[in-house]
Amino acid sequence: MIWEAILQPFADFGFMRRALLGCLAISVGAAPVGVFLMLRRMSLTGDAMAHAILPGAAIGYLVAGLSLGAMTVGGLIAGMAVALLSGFVARVTALREDTSLAAFYLISLALGVVIVSTHGSNVDLMHVLFGTVLALDDAALILLCSIASLSLLTLAVLFRPLVMECADPQFLRSVSGLSAFTHFTFLALVVLNLVGGFHALGTLMAVGIMVLPAAAARFWSAGIGALTVISVCIAALSSLSGLLLSYHYSLPSGPAIILVAGTAYLVSLMLGPSGGLLAQALPRRHTETATEHT
Amino acid sequence: MNAALAFQNLTLGYDRHRVVNRLQAEIAEGSLTAVVGPNGAGKSTLLKGVIGALAPLEGRVAFDSLRREDLAYLPQQSDVDRTFPLSVVDLVAMGLWREIGPFGRLGGKRLARVDAAIAAVGLTGFEDRPIGSLSGGQMQRTLFARLLLQDARLVLLDEPFTAIDARTMADLLGVIRRWHGEGRTVLAVLHDHETVRAHFPDTLMLARELVAHGPTGQVLTAENRLRARRMCEACAGPPHVCGRGAT
Repeated sequence: MIWEAILQPFADFGFMRRALLGCLAISVGAAPVGVFLMLRRMSLTGDAMAHAILPGAAIGYLVAGLSLGAMTVGGLIAGMAVALLSGFVARVTALREDTSLAAFYLISLALGVVIVSTHGSNVDLMHVLFGTVLALDDAALILLCSIASLSLLTLAVLFRPLVMECADPQFLRSVSGLSAFTHFTFLALVVLNLVGGFHALGTLMAVGIMVLPAAAARFWSAGIGALTVISVCIAALSSLSGLLLSYHYSLPSGPAIILVAGTAYLVSLMLGPSGGLLAQALPRRHTETATEHT
Repeated sequence: MNAALAFQNLTLGYDRHRVVNRLQAEIAEGSLTAVVGPNGAGKSTLLKGVIGALAPLEGRVAFDSLRREDLAYLPQQSDVDRTFPLSVVDLVAMGLWREIGPFGRLGGKRLARVDAAIAAVGLTGFEDRPIGSLSGGQMQRTLFARLLLQDARLVLLDEPFTAIDARTMADLLGVIRRWHGEGRTVLAVLHDHETVRAHFPDTLMLARELVAHGPTGQVLTAENRLRARRMCEACAGPPHVCGRGAT
């Protein structure tokens, strides 16, 4: 039965229930952050930040072993340092933020790879890179749920300045001193969600659950509220389907979840009513956009 | 008459290159002043100096009683991300930021003021249109509506009519006249001298240095315009020598 295929794994195995809860928490926190990343045209910044976290997590691992706390703190410090340094360089020099961010994340990534490779090929460390979604303990689940709650709360509090910072940063700067605060708080949320995500999905895959659902949602709606809800739903469904696929077909869980999210993106790209390829190809829609341009 | 702001030996520039050099002038409270001058004369730079986006290399901009909150500024090229999912109402309502901040309620009374501002710029019926679908003129009307809500005592406009159709320009000039009538101080960078003559009582002509400042009729003379052009040509070389050979 179809329900057996879907419910049985979660009914039978505690690790599957824990994995699902962890992934749902990540979906609820990371997907809305991803929507704002996309609206600020910073999706690749998320990717860069995900790489920047690596040396911090690696150092945390070296100092304290496979400890949730040490790796979380290490990843947070590395991510924040890269975000703050690149933001600082962009504000005091002529170098734009994307370039300075690229510079710092590459330094950070190289440092991380050096640390990882000089300290042996440990299986546990591979778990850091590719995630341990099927082995989330209580502390990890509490961390993931806390990050999701904090993210939603912060987005709610900062919603207005964040929208203004995205849509018209010059105006926000001219009427309020909140611009830099908003920018860096948002970057902190990105780092926080990536650090939370790497416990489950690994540093390489964590950014996927942030960026792909948001990108897919853009083809279904243009409003911010709808984008947020749709992206959370896509992220949650991807988590569920990815976990089931990995259970039934013995696939690695993290990549399976991201591949489902990727499929959702490709389907949305094709069929999405809000600017999807099919919608654009329909003749009525085509003339409508053509007249708007003249 | 009180001065709303005074440029005191104001020198502005980028990377130590002087763009505005030792400007000395007073802008009277409630005046409607056009800032004119050749390309590269430092007009936009001057406005950036007034809003504080650019720190003076020398001298200062002195405000009489104006605070930072009393300024509203429309840049030459606004940074508005037109792909961002906002409607006309959303963008115009940003003008209420100082009143409502991040948490204040945008209730019925305030929404009525937003609608009134949209009506004042002739965009009634466009309230829910996404900003991405607006024409250049409609976008400029939207930005003017936001300025209206900012309720500023000093309004700074940087080439507000560039690439704008004649009808929009006429409507927006009406908004500027309304501000003038309400006793607000308006400082607008403009290119078209006909517009300046027709609508702006005072003019400040700039060519990196002050060329002339006063009633428009006395400032916009052929002689001054020639002088401004010569001064800017003299400055066409390395900007830091500007001002020495150009007197």
